[in-house]
Amino acid sequence: MKERDIIIIGSGPAGLTAAIYCGRAGHKSLVVEGVPSGGQLLTTSEVENFPGFPDGISGPELIENMRKQAERFGAEFVMKDVTSVDFMSYPFKVNAEGDEYSARAVIISTGAKARYLDIPSVEVFKGKGISACATCDGFFYRDSILYVIGGGDTAVEEAIFLTKFAKEVNIVHRRDQLRAEKYMQDKLFENPKIHVIWDSVVLDIVGTKESGVQGLILKNVKTDEVTERPADGIFMGIGHSPATTVFKDQIVLDEKGYIICTDGAKTSVEGVFAAGDVRDPQFRQAVAAAGTGCKAAIEADRFLRDVLTK
Amino acid sequence: MGNTLEVTDDTFDSEIVNSQTPAMVDFWATWCGPCKMIGPVVEELAVEYKGKVKIAKMDVDNNRKTPAKFGIRNIPTLIFFKGGTVVNTVVGAQSKTSLEAELKKLL
Repeated sequence: MKERDIIIIGSGPAGLTAAIYCGRAGHKSLVVEGVPSGGQLLTTSEVENFPGFPDGISGPELIENMRKQAERFGAEFVMKDVTSVDFMSYPFKVNAEGDEYSARAVIISTGAKARYLDIPSVEVFKGKGISACATCDGFFYRDSILYVIGGGDTAVEEAIFLTKFAKEVNIVHRRDQLRAEKYMQDKLFENPKIHVIWDSVVLDIVGTKESGVQGLILKNVKTDEVTERPADGIFMGIGHSPATTVFKDQIVLDEKGYIICTDGAKTSVEGVFAAGDVRDPQFRQAVAAAGTGCKAAIEADRFLRDVLTK
Repeated sequence: MGNTLEVTDDTFDSEIVNSQTPAMVDFWATWCGPCKMIGPVVEELAVEYKGKVKIAKMDVDNNRKTPAKFGIRNIPTLIFFKGGTVVNTVVGAQSKTSLEAELKKLL
């Protein structure tokens, strides 16, 4: 059992900001990064709304900068997934793929994972034409016909990025307007390669096991009209689910699995804090995650001081 | 790179398919964030499995034929070979523990 002051679980903007603040407060912190480390920014092509980068910055580069900054203030990193935690005993116990740690405070910043459509054919075609990472996989779809499912920032960003490679990108959205930022929507509507299919949902994905995705079946929710369209690839942009499975018997979560926080960053267990998308069903922005990472670190520092003086 | 074997379309058959030693090939690219993040894990495995399993990487940007042959459409993709045939394929970034579990099956 290795002892640490603070264990930070997750290495996106929330966890790394927390690591910077913990280090500067004089605490020995360990970041259990999760696989792959870096969180959602790792698959974001261009970040244009993080203050301080007037010309924008790529997601992986932004994360790399934050990581260097955390290292500068003494954070230690381990690239493993947390497999179990024990918050019932104190010091808390954290197991990362067999490595046992104890911590006097824990900050959970495991973020959220991309959601896939909840239809059985998705499992069949994962890796064969279905993707949740346009920056990773767009390359394989030169001159192809692609579909992006969703209408928020992720979907719109993916669609714009995919036009670098694809012949045609179609966005399938279940409503009659997009949720994405106005700026991103303007970029989307002026791109001649992108078409939006409004008021529609995916009923099924068609193809064969050998050749992968060949098409999809859409249903217009207003007219009930069902159409089948050819497709070479389908990208998911339908949002994210919080990565809280390992914590579900340990702290209070809401009905969707998000960690419920009070007073800034406190969870239902004293000494365990949460930051970033894992506790934020509403805003889900890198800058908001960094903000709550800062709050969690300051609260963890206060908690540790109180423990020491008791 | 160091201990990881860099393979290309030209060397793939001789190094992997016709090799007596089992192999794991990591298909990746410089612009793929998750690929870069698992790079250090693959490198560690190359040290730990030296002489037992060939741990190789292929840059899909510079080598188009092999990824197409294996129908790769997502990266990172890791393919495990034994006796020249594909034993398993895993898509997406994996933890070291899960990659080790796959490697043990090759021995």
